[in-house]
Amino acid sequence: MMWLTWRQFRTQAIAAATGLVLMAIVLAVSGVRLSDQFNASGIIGCQAHGSCEQLASNFLSTLKGSGYQVVFLIAVGLIYAVPGLIGLFWGAPLITREIEAGTFRLAWTQSVTRTRWLTIKVGVIGLAAMATAGLLSLMAGWWANPVYAASAKAGPRSTAVNRLEPALFGVSGIAPIGYAAFGFALGLTFGVLIRRTLPAMAATLAVFAGIQVAWPQLIRPHLLTPLRSIVPLDIANITGLMMNPGGDHMVVTASVNKPGAWILTNQSIDAAGHPFTGPATQACLNGGIQACNASVGRLHLRQLVTFQPASRFWTFQWYETAIFLALALALTWYCFWRVSRRRLT
Amino acid sequence: MTVVLESRALSKRYGRRRGLTDCTLSVPAGRVAGLVGPNGAGKTTLLHLAVGLLEPTSGTIDVLGARPAASPEQLARIGFVAQDTPTYAGLTVADHLKLGARMNPGWDVGLARSRIGAIGLDPRQRAGKLSGGQRAQLALTLAIAKRPEFLLLDEPVSSLDPLARREFLQGLMEAVAEQGLSVLISSHLVADLERVCDYLIVLIDSRVQLSGDVDDLLASHRLLTGPLCDMAALPPRWQVVSASHTDRQSTLLIRTADPVHDPAWTVEQISMEDLVLAYMSKAANTPARDRTLEVQR
Repeated sequence: MMWLTWRQFRTQAIAAATGLVLMAIVLAVSGVRLSDQFNASGIIGCQAHGSCEQLASNFLSTLKGSGYQVVFLIAVGLIYAVPGLIGLFWGAPLITREIEAGTFRLAWTQSVTRTRWLTIKVGVIGLAAMATAGLLSLMAGWWANPVYAASAKAGPRSTAVNRLEPALFGVSGIAPIGYAAFGFALGLTFGVLIRRTLPAMAATLAVFAGIQVAWPQLIRPHLLTPLRSIVPLDIANITGLMMNPGGDHMVVTASVNKPGAWILTNQSIDAAGHPFTGPATQACLNGGIQACNASVGRLHLRQLVTFQPASRFWTFQWYETAIFLALALALTWYCFWRVSRRRLT
Repeated sequence: MTVVLESRALSKRYGRRRGLTDCTLSVPAGRVAGLVGPNGAGKTTLLHLAVGLLEPTSGTIDVLGARPAASPEQLARIGFVAQDTPTYAGLTVADHLKLGARMNPGWDVGLARSRIGAIGLDPRQRAGKLSGGQRAQLALTLAIAKRPEFLLLDEPVSSLDPLARREFLQGLMEAVAEQGLSVLISSHLVADLERVCDYLIVLIDSRVQLSGDVDDLLASHRLLTGPLCDMAALPPRWQVVSASHTDRQSTLLIRTADPVHDPAWTVEQISMEDLVLAYMSKAANTPARDRTLEVQR
């Protein structure tokens, strides 16, 4: 059974391995140079010079628009795409291909029970899926180490990257392993339910992409209770002043200096603790930024921030990986149940 | 008498559609049993239930004394050639033999190789490039080389040309003779099976209409021609399968254990094909609820 699984899977396995090797070469060549550039930037040991924030910010701005950014974007795009592609091309056709060609009638009447057939198929291909995503994430993580190190030291107004925020969380650490297992199991399940390759692939794509988009917005922020921070609003940090022409509405936003944190909400509140919505001060209506800022300062506003601190990165990673692995297991169990109850033919 | 397949009140429904209804069968060992019936009668359903690809809705089926596909050991004792003889299009002939060897503990390497050689298949050829006849032979080789006790074949020759048909059935009969296999082979054409079967099961509209030893069935059925008769006046031990009347003449197909002595009747032996056709037209002319299940043991 191992032989048949490998014989049927080897083309895809070789394609995946080739992709991994190519990516490894690109990341290794570019990563060594990026690392050299980081070592030369003076960020290490920057306390002695007293300008960590400036050095880190400079380093990050040299990367912007460079080849490194292209490599990073390709790696990020690939890690996002891989779990879905695995569901589409490894998960969905696993059963449907056998049903469409009628070959399940050949495979399941050899001296191997169909439960064992499915166990080995799911085991081999599922592990390959998880290994592919895990290796990609590991390589990209190694490559991006200098970027994250500089980002942790750069100030709030720099082009720092943040791996706890939705854009990068899903392509960092171990979470891609969970997504790959889930994508594979989702494809397998739609294959078992729909029994035809193309519709199963379409359903897998739609549902997986939907979850990938909705999850960071709707579910991840609530996995751990966010922290709240209330500090007096510092007019030096004001980044936005918005008011309507009549001046009865005004919103004030200020930057947050929490390196690596995932900022969920950031708003100004008044002395009573209610969100500040205006009215605008006379100085602001008259124009003149200095006078306006000074008048806002006299309102004694406070800044309320809810956030997930950078220190929770690995907790989130473990939670998310565990959740998606559990979902993958539940889907796989369902597929086994369907197949062993002979609900396919 | 040992049996290879025994079913009791076996039924399979696909939603509201009936696949197989109340099928009670007993197929003896060491026979080549033909499963005959029109397309959609339930032949594939019965065979899939027998190899464990389907689970019964109700009733039981035992194959070689065990529930189908319950264990690797049970699977090893049956061979199955599915309808349209599926093979992996992207795998070569040699790959298929390797598949058989890896997935079956009782695999007979020599037998598989010599059969492939005798058919004249190139081991490097992809199965997707084989002709229908060659693919059927490959599928038969896979089923035979696992050394089963009971071989089931689902319409193996229906898509083959007459020559390939004859070669396939010849190969099958050689294997049966050499290995002492029990066989259950289905077809919607009686002519395919007439020469190979010694046991017959007629399945029509999801029900078994007739089953038994071919010689017994042929001996107990007679075609009578005589003057127009009164159906009510016929001997009670005659079971009339079909009757047709003209103004002056009656033609009856009867089933009876007794010889027919009445000189008014001209008695003819019946062929297997006529027998099956008579039961098919009987089923077509009878409302479903009136049909009786006839099983000869």
